[in-house]
Amino acid sequence: MIPPLSGSARDAASSPAPHRTPGPPPALAPGSSADPPSRAGKGCRLGALHKGERAVVTGLDESAVATPLPPGELERRMIEMGLIEGARVEILHEGFPGADPLAVRINDHTLALRRAEAHAVLVTLG
Amino acid sequence: MTDTILSTPAFMGVPPRIALVGNPNCGKTALFNALTGARQKVANYPGVTVERKIGEFLSPAGTRVQIVDLPGTYSLRARSPDEEVTRDVVLGRFQHEAPPDVMVCVADATNLRLHLRLVLELKKLGRPIILALNMMDVAEARGCRVDAAALSAALGVPVVPTVAVRRTGVVGLLNQIDRSMGAMAADLAPSPGGSPNGSPCGWSEPSAHDLRAYHREVESILAAALRDAGKPSLATRRIDAALLHPAIGLPFLFLVLFLMFQAVFAWAAVPMDMIDKGLGWVQAAAGAALPDGLLKSLLTDGIIAGVGSVVIFLPQILVLFFFILMLESTGYMARAAFLLDRLMGGVGLHGRAFIPLLSSFACAVPGIMAARTIENRADRLATIMIAPLMTCSARLPVYTLIIAAFVPDRTVAGGMIGLQGLVMFTLYAAGILSALAAAFVLKRTIFKGAREPLLMELPSYRLPSPRDMLLGLLERARIFLARAGTVIFAIMILLWFLGSFPAAPDGASGPAIDHSFAGMLGHALAPLLAPIGFTWQIAIALVPGMAAREVAVAALGTVYALSETGDALSGSLAGVLAADWSLPTALSLLAWFVFAPQCVSTLSVVKRETNSWFWMLVMIAYMTALAYGAAFVTFRVSSALLGG
Repeated sequence: MIPPLSGSARDAASSPAPHRTPGPPPALAPGSSADPPSRAGKGCRLGALHKGERAVVTGLDESAVATPLPPGELERRMIEMGLIEGARVEILHEGFPGADPLAVRINDHTLALRRAEAHAVLVTLG
Repeated sequence: MTDTILSTPAFMGVPPRIALVGNPNCGKTALFNALTGARQKVANYPGVTVERKIGEFLSPAGTRVQIVDLPGTYSLRARSPDEEVTRDVVLGRFQHEAPPDVMVCVADATNLRLHLRLVLELKKLGRPIILALNMMDVAEARGCRVDAAALSAALGVPVVPTVAVRRTGVVGLLNQIDRSMGAMAADLAPSPGGSPNGSPCGWSEPSAHDLRAYHREVESILAAALRDAGKPSLATRRIDAALLHPAIGLPFLFLVLFLMFQAVFAWAAVPMDMIDKGLGWVQAAAGAALPDGLLKSLLTDGIIAGVGSVVIFLPQILVLFFFILMLESTGYMARAAFLLDRLMGGVGLHGRAFIPLLSSFACAVPGIMAARTIENRADRLATIMIAPLMTCSARLPVYTLIIAAFVPDRTVAGGMIGLQGLVMFTLYAAGILSALAAAFVLKRTIFKGAREPLLMELPSYRLPSPRDMLLGLLERARIFLARAGTVIFAIMILLWFLGSFPAAPDGASGPAIDHSFAGMLGHALAPLLAPIGFTWQIAIALVPGMAAREVAVAALGTVYALSETGDALSGSLAGVLAADWSLPTALSLLAWFVFAPQCVSTLSVVKRETNSWFWMLVMIAYMTALAYGAAFVTFRVSSALLGG
């Protein structure tokens, strides 16, 4: 039952993602408008960000990431941990060596994840 | 289920059952402690080794209620064996356990998004739910204002604000539990043909699309109930800026671990001395009160000496668990996994493997069980295989004994560092380094494949509650003493028997044990162990040491107490060993115990957790080979260096 389901879930996730992007819910704006970085508004991946940068999640695309998980699984786990379209993220800390893993503030909580997997998260800076 | 009324526990005299469900780090265990106090016990779920915490309390309406603390999870879509238990229990799929009558979902009020998504999933089960809105004090301090009434209306679930660590709101929660159970009974009465506990289970594994729908629902609920989102914890952010700093983070972590091992020695010294004196007194009193003979020998040499030599390590084990509980409850444990993820990645391990490995310092059994939080099978197996290389507290007695006998008690580096503590640290480091080396080899040969992704919440720092720490320590003490009182007690009697029978023939020379079964066994094994410098007394002690490592010390105590006469009996075991063993023999035994042949409980847990005899046998083979090799090299090299 899982393979066909996750296949369709994946399609559903990667294609319509940009459409439901812009409406971040009204309740989440904890001091987000302060000092926007210079690259504001530009689309990129969470894995490319550095300490102090802020962004809004616009979609998930796990095809960019090598993972031992079945298709669609990484996306579902990320959603369960709060990485979902509209979530505000900020890179709080970087690990050592190689500035990896990342400690990312997501709305009200903090998540540790590796750069490699963070490349599955599409974001808009600012 | 046609006879619903009869099968409803409230009508059967079986106490109604409540399950605590929630994300990790929501204060679930603190709430469990607040509800049950010390009336709780830890056991394993039948068939699996996930710890099952059960407690009881009396509700305000006078009902005796049983409460289960389920492993924390973010989703019912279980990804690890731990989470599977939670899923199966709440879904009523668990064979050995009826589904809970009421679920108390615990949510961190400062971080409602992830928690509410789980609540929505749980609601699909169609069972009565109560939402305990925990950590309300922290939420208020951060300016986060949640309207509990609006939240309850939007969710369609009763909501009770609580501060579990201060036991605030517990009465409100108890009253709500009574109301929910009453409503449940009332619901059932008019429609005996209906499914139990209201609506049928509508849960199915959510797709990514369903998960997004849940999140949208959560956002609309929050829009109605969250008056002010508040500010994230500034203190946590500042502390992390230092503790996760690229240059400071790792050195600080190693400093914490180093202090931990120094403290295990320094803090435990006084209580251990007291236990030692107390045991000596009991032994003397029993010796004076009883007539010479078998009974006296069994009591003083077998039971008191044997069990006593294990109980004496209780202070050290408690200090170690004190630190582990501290690291867990402050939130630093997750930081340690964050800091070590890259380094552990170097040998192919998951950062999350740190937690099982650190727990293995206390005991490999909970450590191997904690590996359940690692979702990927290859990662999990690799972690399980190296976990016993971490120096468990059962090895402490052996290390302590030999160090006390052979390492002088003085300080080095200008009085800053105790030499004995330094040697201990070296032994721990040897275990860690060899574990990393073993992981490196395993991940490049047997367990190839990409690493499991790291997606781990870093909870806000918080001060641990002394009450919860105390309950946690009591639980560990109880488990340790229960072991000393059962397994070890039985082995001590068996060993005493082996060491006392058959009695030495009249006029025989040498100590009596030489002629006993134990002596025969030891002498039979001795040639095998002679190349690594072990005496036949060590050979005897290693056999019961398979049951539990710390028993080896007790066994040595018995072997020497029985084989020596006169003054040596009253002297401490350490003194006896210092006189009897060469330094290379002592070093060789230390090296042996770094890689020690595992205790039986570790092996049985490995068998259960991997569900295969094969991995258990692989573990025995590779660790015994390592232990023999290391002891051989140590003995030969140190003999050559010392001219022995």
